[in-house]
Amino acid sequence: MSDYTMTEQPKDHLVSALVRDEPRVLTRITALFGRRGYNIRSLSVGATEHPGLSRMTFVVTGDRGVVEQAMRQLEKLHDVVRIIDHSLEKFVDRELVLVKVAISPDSRVEVRQIAEDFRSRIVDVGRHALTFEVTGDEGKITAFIEQMRPFGILETMRTGRIALTRGSNADIPSHVYHDGETETLRPAVESVEPREERARDVPNLF
Amino acid sequence: MTGAKALWATLANHGISTVFGYPGGAIMPVYDALTFYPEVRHVLARHEQGAIHAAEGWAKATGEIGVCIATSGPGATNLVTGLADAMLDSVPLLAITGNVARHLMGTDAFQEADITGITLPITKHNYVVRDVEELPRVIAEAIRIARSGRPGPVLVDIPKDVQLAAYAGEVAYPHARPEHPAPKPEAIAKARELLLAAKKPVIMAGGGSLDASAEITALARAWDIPVITTLMGLGAFPSSDPLWLGMPGMHGSVAANRAISEADVLLGIGLRFDDRVTGRVNGFAPNAAIIHVELDAAEIGKIVRVGVPVRGDAVVAAKMLTESAQKLDLPEWRAQIAEWKSRTVTPTEWGAGFAVKSVVDRLRPDDILSSDVGQHQMLAAQLARFEKPRRWINSGGLGTMGFGFPAAIGAGMAEPGVTSIVIAGDGGFQMTLQELATLKMYDIRNVKICIINNSYLGMVRQWQELFHEKRYSEVWLGDSNPDFVKLAEAYDVPGYRASNAEELPGMIDAWLADPKSALLEIVVPHEHGVFPMVPAGAALYEMIETEPPRKQPAPDLSAEMAEAAEGAKNA
Repeated sequence: MSDYTMTEQPKDHLVSALVRDEPRVLTRITALFGRRGYNIRSLSVGATEHPGLSRMTFVVTGDRGVVEQAMRQLEKLHDVVRIIDHSLEKFVDRELVLVKVAISPDSRVEVRQIAEDFRSRIVDVGRHALTFEVTGDEGKITAFIEQMRPFGILETMRTGRIALTRGSNADIPSHVYHDGETETLRPAVESVEPREERARDVPNLF
Repeated sequence: MTGAKALWATLANHGISTVFGYPGGAIMPVYDALTFYPEVRHVLARHEQGAIHAAEGWAKATGEIGVCIATSGPGATNLVTGLADAMLDSVPLLAITGNVARHLMGTDAFQEADITGITLPITKHNYVVRDVEELPRVIAEAIRIARSGRPGPVLVDIPKDVQLAAYAGEVAYPHARPEHPAPKPEAIAKARELLLAAKKPVIMAGGGSLDASAEITALARAWDIPVITTLMGLGAFPSSDPLWLGMPGMHGSVAANRAISEADVLLGIGLRFDDRVTGRVNGFAPNAAIIHVELDAAEIGKIVRVGVPVRGDAVVAAKMLTESAQKLDLPEWRAQIAEWKSRTVTPTEWGAGFAVKSVVDRLRPDDILSSDVGQHQMLAAQLARFEKPRRWINSGGLGTMGFGFPAAIGAGMAEPGVTSIVIAGDGGFQMTLQELATLKMYDIRNVKICIINNSYLGMVRQWQELFHEKRYSEVWLGDSNPDFVKLAEAYDVPGYRASNAEELPGMIDAWLADPKSALLEIVVPHEHGVFPMVPAGAALYEMIETEPPRKQPAPDLSAEMAEAAEGAKNA
């Protein structure tokens, strides 16, 4: 793990950050990414179960070294309470997309049938277009869009990916933490008080 | 109590005795409240940049937090250079800025600037205080953040109406300083294993090791490993010790750069492997397993490949490594190092090097030496000898011209009992020379200014000579430089001048003996360079050891540089 300069094909890495819910936090984080030249492929932000804390999930493209460096830079920010690298854990991830597909009297039935196969919901019905809502992992959404493409996609809007570490498979030891309890299964944050008190050693140095 | 009074009370509770600043419209309530807090001394600089560099000098000399104050808009933006400087050199700093009243914020009001937005990438953290109830807490937290872990600058922006608002709550007291994490014993064990097997070990200590100076000295002596101190780490290991090899990097010593290039184990402590230190990264310590002791996890593996990361406090790490020390008996390595050390060239010919050496040879162990940025800085770093940490103050990471003189004022005010000498160039001094007025105003008597005047922006000229076929574009200052002696005298600061080797010693004597702060201008030949030098983009082992003969054309390094640049791109 300490060989950060290894050359490896850039991959997408899914990372979550628990951050203080304060003005400019998003700017601070995206500015850090921008300045250091890390590419964010997707970013989602939402409130958490803890008042005063938001959760961001982003997809960073790069090799392992780039992603670790990005996470460590993030961890230094005062507003960042916790970084979770989902690739080190078992996780579930989802994306939501709205797709507006052109329809004609001939294609209407077929389009609806495909949507049903994907367990997608119709959220808007028009004379010339249907709008679908699909949730799922990236692959499913991409597959849905590809299926709909021949009919004519008028507009799409995808949220970024969101992710949570699995709680159900806690009995399956994480490959990173060996047979120990996984870091992210512990209650995330007790409060939003001084960060240093909770300052953790950077994991995975060994 | 107003917010402004709560601010001063909080600073006083934190033991802040001196702040540097400059008033203006949006910070007036704070300056008004200052009159009620005589326990805090305010030093009026002549430019906000002077104020913040003085605060940095204070912090670098003492290791304690420096504080500076500015108004909104132009006052705040004048702090930007100093904040960036403090960020790169990990200087604990609190910058307080006024801002327009809350209802005017975001309206492009008079003297409004989004200073928190502007300084976002160059501060460790920053705040806008939108509620007076939060003011003391935010100030206390800002001080804690600036000082904790790897130190850095924190900016607190306070709207004018918040300064004026009534505050009835408690005034904040200092937070306990958080303890640094101790290194993991496994990491120390691995480091020890590497050191035990080492045939050509070397220690490299950076700016983060200054407060671990005693422990690192003990460590090096216990293992008998030679020590390199970076530009920021000068003083972390006594220069008089035979194990000391000097400074690494672009203008590093032959011994340091060769030792890095040959070493099989490199123990780096409290440093971030700046490119001026590493040279071409894929040519840096090519044979060495690197052990990196560092508090800031993000620095481990950021630039160089690290074999054994030791995250934690340098003091603790050095102690742990000393406890398990075993003297290494490496006669061949020692002989090799002795040979490299013998290649040190002492400037004997009249020139900038000779002048700098004549001045720094006069340093006493407690004297503080500051420098501005340029050839004189590198010469001072090469030629000065430091027995103690925090006696060398310069702008390392940002290379800020204009830094040296105000920083020397700050350091001199922090330690009125010692002499604070600054070596500056004729270019850099003119960037902040207005602070001569600060010397006069506070009757500061222990700041000695030395200007090495070669009538050029010397370092740029040196690069033009070496890499741009002597096209000296826009670096000649000779025709327009002021009479520095008269200039000093205009501010009631005594001025001295020396133009040759014969009169220099006498002038240095008179300058240092002057009971007041004084200025010494040393007029040197125009075209001296600083060597050794590692060209930008080259590896440390590709260093040019001595100045190429004058009559020869400048070496054509363009092909090599292009190749190096290509290599860096691919790396």
